[in-house]
Amino acid sequence: MADFRVAKIGVLLASAVAAVGLSGCVRPPSDRTPDGRIIVDYWEKWTGFEGEAMQAVVDDFNRSQNRIFVRKLTVSQIDRKMMLATAGGNPPDVAGLWSFNIPVYAEKGALTPLNRYLEEAGITADDYIPVFWELCSHEGFVWALPSTPATLALHWNKKMFREAGLDPEQPPRSIAELDRMAEQITLVVVERNGKKVKVHFSDLTEEEKRSKKFDIIQLGFVPTEPGWWNPMWGYWFGAGLWNGKDRITADSPENIEAFRWFQSYPKKYGLENLRRFGASFGNFASPQNPFLSGKVAMELQGVWMYNFIDKYAPQLEWGAAPFPAAHTDQFPYVTIAECDVLVIPRGARHVKEAFEFIRYVNTQPAMEKLCMGQRKFSPLSRMSEDFIRNHPNPYIKIFIEMARSPYVRTVPQTPIWMVLGDEMNAAVDRIFSLIETPAQALRTVQKRVQLRFDRERERWLKIRERRIAEWRGL
Amino acid sequence: MTRREWRNLGIGLAFISPWIIGFLAFTLYPALASIYYSFCDYDVFSRPVWVGLLNYRDMFTDKVFWKSLYNTFYYTIFSLPLCLVVSLLIAVMLNQQIKARPVFRTVYFLPSLVPMVASAMIWLWILNGKYGILNYLLGLLGIQGPDWLADEKWTKPSLILMSVWGVGGSMVIYLAALQDVPRELYESAVIDGASAWQKFFHITIPMISPVIYFNLIMGIIGALQVFAQPYIMFGGGGPNRSALFYAVYLYQNAFDYYEMGFASAMAWVLFIIIFFLTWVATKTTRRHIYYAGE
Repeated sequence: MADFRVAKIGVLLASAVAAVGLSGCVRPPSDRTPDGRIIVDYWEKWTGFEGEAMQAVVDDFNRSQNRIFVRKLTVSQIDRKMMLATAGGNPPDVAGLWSFNIPVYAEKGALTPLNRYLEEAGITADDYIPVFWELCSHEGFVWALPSTPATLALHWNKKMFREAGLDPEQPPRSIAELDRMAEQITLVVVERNGKKVKVHFSDLTEEEKRSKKFDIIQLGFVPTEPGWWNPMWGYWFGAGLWNGKDRITADSPENIEAFRWFQSYPKKYGLENLRRFGASFGNFASPQNPFLSGKVAMELQGVWMYNFIDKYAPQLEWGAAPFPAAHTDQFPYVTIAECDVLVIPRGARHVKEAFEFIRYVNTQPAMEKLCMGQRKFSPLSRMSEDFIRNHPNPYIKIFIEMARSPYVRTVPQTPIWMVLGDEMNAAVDRIFSLIETPAQALRTVQKRVQLRFDRERERWLKIRERRIAEWRGL
Repeated sequence: MTRREWRNLGIGLAFISPWIIGFLAFTLYPALASIYYSFCDYDVFSRPVWVGLLNYRDMFTDKVFWKSLYNTFYYTIFSLPLCLVVSLLIAVMLNQQIKARPVFRTVYFLPSLVPMVASAMIWLWILNGKYGILNYLLGLLGIQGPDWLADEKWTKPSLILMSVWGVGGSMVIYLAALQDVPRELYESAVIDGASAWQKFFHITIPMISPVIYFNLIMGIIGALQVFAQPYIMFGGGGPNRSALFYAVYLYQNAFDYYEMGFASAMAWVLFIIIFFLTWVATKTTRRHIYYAGE
């Protein structure tokens, strides 16, 4: 009898555990608030003040009507988690991704095309700064709307310029000038007549430069700081990484020229010297950031840099200007545009309501509130005068002008960008470490990525028509 | 089986059924499915398409695959014996009648309790070329330390050094085994005039050989699958991909490039390698392992 009771308890316990465990997988949680509003689940990557800025817009939306309630959830590694949730058939209704995710997720069938909804809402390309609309489009469909945009500029430390005898209000106007200024600003410790002396790099003797027996204590510029856009330095020399159709162009003459310039830095300052100096850099988001702490005088950075200057180095005398190109007779500067985007994953339960929210974020007042909260600029073609006037970043106009200019470039909008980016970074590393010449390293990238690209493209061409027909029906 | 035995079996299975269901759904099925996916072009979103041996062919012609395999073997070859020996030495020392023995045991075990991510962050600072404490200590000895994390020659040695930090787990297992060695064997050895070394090599080692074997097998499996620390410290593989380990490259293919078929093929190749090495280890050590019960 006792045995029987134990057995019964065992079976009941096991069934209960299994039922509880499995119910989580099978039955979706309720999609209504207690007062009957439809819950739109929104995954976003931002934390801190950026997250708060978005939360304020979400709260406004929730207050503005009584049919939909947006529930924002902060998710790290959002692109991977969204991929798995979508593949598993249980995605959020809205997700905040990066624009470079769009080509791959669109082609894999993980996103809902927005064309139909945009048409109904009367939203067109004219409402946006062109580059951001392009970043949201792929294969003739629009897959996302922007949340916050960014462009990159040269940031320089005016105090370091002044101390080196340079005009602090005059940033370099070409890459050659940037190199010269960098040499003037760079400070090294060198041994002369048994004594250690501090001199500018430009004042070293040819022999001292050649021997590289010095310690760097301050750098004018180094292309690997912060190094986030290393694969794209070719843009400043007129190169691209992809011809937009069927070829990777990693080993184009322009790219080889760009990476010769890139390699000139370890050759000039000494790889070991740069490594030793680089090891003294602290984390990006900290007062020990090399730009914020006055270790590096110039660097390529995004519009967000203002936030970090404001937080960690409010006393810094700085400026922002377009990062000059190599051949200024052809084009004066280059900037890279990036964009955070809002997408509706395929399989989302409340597509219409999700779009309603995205549309709200893309109204001028909401967008300006969000972008002001994150201290970025608006991706919309119309910006209120108050927005520009009240913006805390004194150089915000420059970032907007660059986004509108013909010199704006983007990450290659191809599904194999991640592979291409990783391979380029590996090559860049071999180039900077003087292991390979730019031509050798870039040829390896060309070969490896072209092979993968061809296969991906072949697969895509096989299913393209079917996919496009499917998207039209959505 | 009698009716009662059948019933007992049923009860037992009912009790462990949550685990069985979990195992079937979350371990066995994915493992078997990955065999199929390894022969497919599969990106998670779309239906897998059969491509035969293409993933395996691509893998064997991929230089980065070979580099990741080389890095992983390099790490295993140095880290595994080092960890086995160091953990055994510490266990032997902590098995002596010394003062504050529990304190020392705790101290040596503590690093194993530190989460991997936290310890990786700590090591990033310890190994920092400019401000790292390791280079500072080397400096006191008049040695200019290398840039451990930025110089491709030193990235793998850094990780090998770090692996010693986590020997606490195997040390505890050794310690348990050491305490199980019958005292009388040592007493008779002393009567026979055996030295400390002789006692160690002729009594201790044979008596704890099953545990050494266990730590060896677990070490092979762990070292070949090393992931968290190199991934956190070197992300995409470090300078010239010198710290790109097999599991990291597998992860990149699966979750960065959406090449699940390729990643599945890599996983099965790793499984075969581990299986083979375990088999070799079992074959070659069988004669040297002493089981009191046999």
